[in-house]
Amino acid sequence: MAISNQESGFRTQEFVLNMGPQHPSTHGVYRAILTMDGEYVVDVENVVGYLHRGMEKIAEDRTYTQFIPYTDRMDYLAGILNNWGFVMTVEKAMGIEVPERAEYIRVITGELQRIASHLVMVASMALDLNGYTPWMYAFYDREKILDLFEMICGSRLTTSFMRVGGVPNDIPEGFIPKLEKFLAELPGRADDFDNVITGNEIFVGRTKGVGVLDAEAALSFGLTGPNLRASGVNFDLRKAQPYSVYDRFDFEVPLGENGDSFDRYNLRMLEIRQSARIIRQALDTIPEGDIMAKVPKVLKVPKGETYCHIEGSKGLLGFYLVSDGGTKPYRLHLHSPSFVNLGAYPKMAKGTVLQDAIASLASIDIVLGEVDR
Amino acid sequence: MDNINVLVDTLKEKFSSKISVSDDGQSLVVSSADIFPVLKEIKENTQYNFLADLTAVDYPERMEVVYHLMNIKDAGLIRVKALLDKSDPKIDSVVFLWDTANVMERETYDLLGVIFEGHPDLKRILCPDDFEGHPLRKDYKVEPAVRQ
Amino acid sequence: MENFFVNIAGLIRDLIAGFGLNETLVYLAMVIVKFVAVLVFVLLNVVVLVYMERRVAGFFQERLGPNRVGPQGTLQLVMDIFKLLSKEDIVPAGADKFVYKAAAYAIFVPTILVYMVIPFGKGMNVIDLNLGLFYILAISSVTTMIIFMAGWGSRNKYSLVGGMRAIAQMVSYEIPYVFSFLGVIMLTGSLKMSTIVEAQQGVWFIVLQPIAFIVFLIAGNAEINRGPFDLPEGEQELVAGYHTEYTAGRFAMFYMAEYANLLAMAAIGATVFLGGWQGPWLPGWLWFFIKMYALVFGQMWVRWTFPRIRVDHLMHLNWKVLLPVSLANIVVTGIGIKVYQMVRMMGWW
Repeated sequence: MAISNQESGFRTQEFVLNMGPQHPSTHGVYRAILTMDGEYVVDVENVVGYLHRGMEKIAEDRTYTQFIPYTDRMDYLAGILNNWGFVMTVEKAMGIEVPERAEYIRVITGELQRIASHLVMVASMALDLNGYTPWMYAFYDREKILDLFEMICGSRLTTSFMRVGGVPNDIPEGFIPKLEKFLAELPGRADDFDNVITGNEIFVGRTKGVGVLDAEAALSFGLTGPNLRASGVNFDLRKAQPYSVYDRFDFEVPLGENGDSFDRYNLRMLEIRQSARIIRQALDTIPEGDIMAKVPKVLKVPKGETYCHIEGSKGLLGFYLVSDGGTKPYRLHLHSPSFVNLGAYPKMAKGTVLQDAIASLASIDIVLGEVDR
Repeated sequence: MDNINVLVDTLKEKFSSKISVSDDGQSLVVSSADIFPVLKEIKENTQYNFLADLTAVDYPERMEVVYHLMNIKDAGLIRVKALLDKSDPKIDSVVFLWDTANVMERETYDLLGVIFEGHPDLKRILCPDDFEGHPLRKDYKVEPAVRQ
Repeated sequence: MENFFVNIAGLIRDLIAGFGLNETLVYLAMVIVKFVAVLVFVLLNVVVLVYMERRVAGFFQERLGPNRVGPQGTLQLVMDIFKLLSKEDIVPAGADKFVYKAAAYAIFVPTILVYMVIPFGKGMNVIDLNLGLFYILAISSVTTMIIFMAGWGSRNKYSLVGGMRAIAQMVSYEIPYVFSFLGVIMLTGSLKMSTIVEAQQGVWFIVLQPIAFIVFLIAGNAEINRGPFDLPEGEQELVAGYHTEYTAGRFAMFYMAEYANLLAMAAIGATVFLGGWQGPWLPGWLWFFIKMYALVFGQMWVRWTFPRIRVDHLMHLNWKVLLPVSLANIVVTGIGIKVYQMVRMMGWW
């Protein structure tokens, strides 16, 4: 242990604080080994892997359809987006054209899922700063999204909603009025949430200028998604290279300025509103038609390699699929944004006080199911 | 995937025969010894300066480390492959180019046993420290779970 | 109704005196009786407060709160206490056992002692000390040490950091906390609680000392480690801070002490700034009760609205904001008193 002598001759000692794997604000079984000098964090070491299930290995022994339910166990807060990324990869490798209506349903549910995931992020960010009330507010809204998911696919969290070639269920009766009601209420609810926490003096004081990552560092650390945009880099895959039918919608990409915890938080609040805008437009223009493409019963992906990624709720969610022409992947690599984003955490947390380290951790929005896969 | 040939033409000047294009015309193939200068050149002098993904694949005859580089402007992707000898899978680390390579290389080492030389802290990340073997290698034997 | 409890005390006194004891012994016996009465009062109120906090939190958070056990969930806390008491009592292997155990018992002592001088109604206090307010300040600062005992004795890094934070925070906030009372003491010229209450016959001190009242609310909140100032517990950073390692009955002690402290703070505020038992129509003790619970509700409101403050901001708020403000308040009060006296002397008003 390092012993530092201060000017007064007063001897202080650094100590090691094991934060996790069981800790209220590590968002799962993540562990950080903190070297502390009193309240100050001197050094951080990430320890992950407590939730490692070997999904990449499992994928090698499952058919493409069988693997879909595994994907929503990765980022369990954004199951639909994970399903989407995987089926898109397989569709790209097989060259399947997805019917338009299915794409619209994917956009609607995917953006709903993005809102739900961002709601959990802002909620847990508030909670990690001991704001219990906003936490409850956000979960109240998320509950309504989960109810909508229950209507359309029968399950709430691990949805497994996408299929290779489309979606399994069409929009059920009563879904659209309920969704309209939700969309009508959402802006007001988001404003309420802002009033409770975003403008709060203590909250702003604790998050502004905390865990700053400038654009250059953010790019070097491979941050993607809201975390990258909070540093002021205008990169959103939905705009940069629109997949699915995103090129038909009019929406903005909110950007942060300072790349601090507050920007990362506030960006999610702004993105929630933009996602609602996309859903609104998708609802207005959704065409009639099939929801499934003609897909063979047994999926055989032609020999070759495919890399495909989507703009997940935490960042770029990539799938690298190597096929040998059989019914199972030869190798499937899952590139999870949380895992990469967490790599930047030591840089954010070093030199701050313990409370700031917690705020920074909350602001990068990790989901351990995705970190460890 | 962006067209790799444009990139190859610019790189040929500097690296001439050290780089080639794979059979399917999708990836840039580099031998493991040259990976660092090639990636450095791509990062510094082309648009593809964002490391989107780093992993490895265990083929029967060789090991391949696969880099996906992205153009942050229009999300164009290129794939760079380094071919490794299976008996001695060693390659230079690119942590000095991208900080993000740190965790990705640790993961690749953990799951596939590729040694990244020059990595500041190459140790297991997802599997426990006392884990034996590298699970994503094809010769790794998975024992069926004991059912009670 | 006004003298309901005083009359009961008188009856008990007559009963004890009936045994033929001398004056001193009767007095002592009465102190014990009153002490027990206050203890029961505090414990009953803790039960109500916990239930109230959970319902208030539910109200703020668009949910119901406890509503299953008993009518409207009122028996929830009783069940919780039974659960806590029936749990295994764990003493960590590396703990400093004596300090660890002692802290759990000691935590309740200063809290209860504070109630000894609080006038719950006219003539309704255990002892009406001449140095009442001074006594309160002295006793309540002992809590700091007990919290540190808990943090140190647990031999857990989270607990230790929590204990350290408690010392830094409570010792610092002691200063504006004391200074907030100085204005009131200057106005009344007495530290006796009953005198302070009687001095508010016409106008409550919240009107004459509004800034002191605000400083009192903030510093008082920090003193009892609640609301945005719950750093020593700091769930999100320190798991549960100084009481991380406590289980079962010992944990219950810390839990109850927190609410007893909350109530004590509200009682002091009601006495010093809100006119104590003074009020029209209703009996004095009921007024006191209403004022006390109004303050408690305010504290709960704050707690369920604000996120937790950061350590350096906490110190900043104390030394750079509250302390100068309370000092300025003392100066202004002093000048005000002199001006008032001069005006009176000159017969201008």
